[in-house]
Amino acid sequence: MAKRIEVKDLDIYYDKFLAVQGVSMTIQPRSVTALIGPSGCGKSTFLRTLNRMHELVPNARVDGKIFMDDDDLYGPGVDPVNVRRQIGMVFQRPNPFPTMSIYDNVAAGLKLNNKRMRRSEMDDVVERALRSANLWEEVKDRLGKPGSGLSGGQQQRLCIARAIAVQPDVLLMDEPCSALDPISTQAIEDLMLELKEKYTIVIVTHNMQQAARVSDMTGFFNLQGVGKPGELVEIDETTKIFSTPSKKATEDYISGRFG
Amino acid sequence: MPPSTDRPQAQKVPLRPGDRIFSGASTGAGVLILVVLAGVAAFLIVEAWPSLTAPAEDIPGGKGVAVYVWPLLFGTLISAIFALLIASPLAVAIALFITYYSPRRIAQALGYLIDLLAAVPSIIYGLWGFTVLAPLTVEPANWLSENLGFIPLFAGPPSATGRTMLVAIIVLAVMILPIITAVVREAFRQTPRLHEEASLALGATRWEMIRMAALPFGRSSIVGASMLGLGRALGETMAVAIVLSVSGGVTFNLISSANPSTIAANIALQFPESSGVAVNTLIASGLVLFAITLAVNMAARAVINRRKEFSGAN
Ligand SMILES: Nc1ncnc2c1ncn2[C@@H]1O[C@H](COP(=O)(O)OP(=O)(O)OP(=O)(O)O)[C@@H](O)[C@H]1O
Ligand SMILES: [Mg+2]
Repeated sequence: MAKRIEVKDLDIYYDKFLAVQGVSMTIQPRSVTALIGPSGCGKSTFLRTLNRMHELVPNARVDGKIFMDDDDLYGPGVDPVNVRRQIGMVFQRPNPFPTMSIYDNVAAGLKLNNKRMRRSEMDDVVERALRSANLWEEVKDRLGKPGSGLSGGQQQRLCIARAIAVQPDVLLMDEPCSALDPISTQAIEDLMLELKEKYTIVIVTHNMQQAARVSDMTGFFNLQGVGKPGELVEIDETTKIFSTPSKKATEDYISGRFG
Repeated sequence: MPPSTDRPQAQKVPLRPGDRIFSGASTGAGVLILVVLAGVAAFLIVEAWPSLTAPAEDIPGGKGVAVYVWPLLFGTLISAIFALLIASPLAVAIALFITYYSPRRIAQALGYLIDLLAAVPSIIYGLWGFTVLAPLTVEPANWLSENLGFIPLFAGPPSATGRTMLVAIIVLAVMILPIITAVVREAFRQTPRLHEEASLALGATRWEMIRMAALPFGRSSIVGASMLGLGRALGETMAVAIVLSVSGGVTFNLISSANPSTIAANIALQFPESSGVAVNTLIASGLVLFAITLAVNMAARAVINRRKEFSGAN
């Protein structure tokens, strides 16, 4: 649980298009790392290389290395399916399976990972995941109802519960609050602070206050220029990035003097 | 007009000429279709009526309309349903292969190929079934009756010509494959990327992703498409008329030479030589077919439309 991620000299391609160039960073366990930067600079692209979702796009590929503790995620013979089982992901738009009940949504990953789990055991795991996602009290009386019947914020917490039910080592979140109202956002930010006790969390956000509130480390991505690939400008402790960043571009971006 | 009732009307958006023409044309077309349907139904009922009131001896076969129509109805249903049982799993498999497994080039080629199957006239299928497929099934049918003869479907004795219900079923299955594949494939193509990614991010393999995202999403389309295919198979005439060697009789035995005909094929074969009440009887059987296909098609459309609720929701 809660593993360290080490990225070394990562170039990310969509076919021949180099989207992100030369990223190296270390992501600490039991912490929240926020990735910020202007639209199109490759934050989502980078995030999706961490659990090998990137290569689902036809002809997409990466150069470079990513280690999770000592495992080379892109090593020969590594099955991306196994990588994704250890690294959970929450998406920008809540995406519970609409035809599944709330219970089955949370249990979906368990059924993939561990086909022969006893019902009572499964019940426990589902309850624990929903409690961790701060959703249990709201849904405990309607676990059999479809997940798509919940509010947007509840659906997003359901997706978080689904992701953590399988006890991943790392949790990736791509703008998890951008489709939510302030109250639901608050609920999910609180949740992140609780979850980082157990997981390594990486979150992409456009909301600078959010990055400042929830993260321990912040990485700033930027485009190297118009039509050029994106890059990691710097990554440092969040307090440092938001007070005295070492790069001019970072300072311009966080103070709103961008471009 | 008194002003009090006039006010709400005045707030209505004025209808633009284009809107008016379009809505008029589409309403007109809808009404026209209903009128045609009603006309067909009325014609069938009026023309079938004499056979329903005629004494049983006057009906071909001499035992009344119900006894005449029943084996035909049975043959129609059994051929269509078995064809569906073959075609729909195959169609789903092909649609899945095209959507999720094959390289894009092959997928396109295969898609065209399947669509081409729909363009082949049914008489050609009939000739193919009669001259190519039927002889090919003689050996396998022998084997089936020897080794699996305890299953009523393969009880035998196997036909020497191969012009059996089994061949009719296979021909029908090939004929309805394109429509089912097309509808199901379209449904899979629309599986929300969001749900596919949700399952893949949980560590689903491609097949698990299909089970978690694609199949549940496409389920009602699969049902609807199958029913469309069923509707086709029920009404298919020429292919069955050519392939099937008919002797009447109600049997589940698919490989013998004693087969029930189907309503449509029977009408095509008997109509030229019929007169008087015999014609009315044929039309009565047509009325039964009309009612069944109409119901099946309407149910299919209803099922396909119902999934619209899903697509918008998330
Ligand atoms: N599926 C794809 N195929 C080809 N190019 C892509 C694809 N997805 C993203 N890109 C390109 O990669 C670059 C980075 O996109 P990405 O979505 O990672 O940016 P982002 O930083 O997440 O932006 P945003 O903040 O708007 O979400 C962009 O130039 C984009 O056009
Ligand atoms: Mg993004």
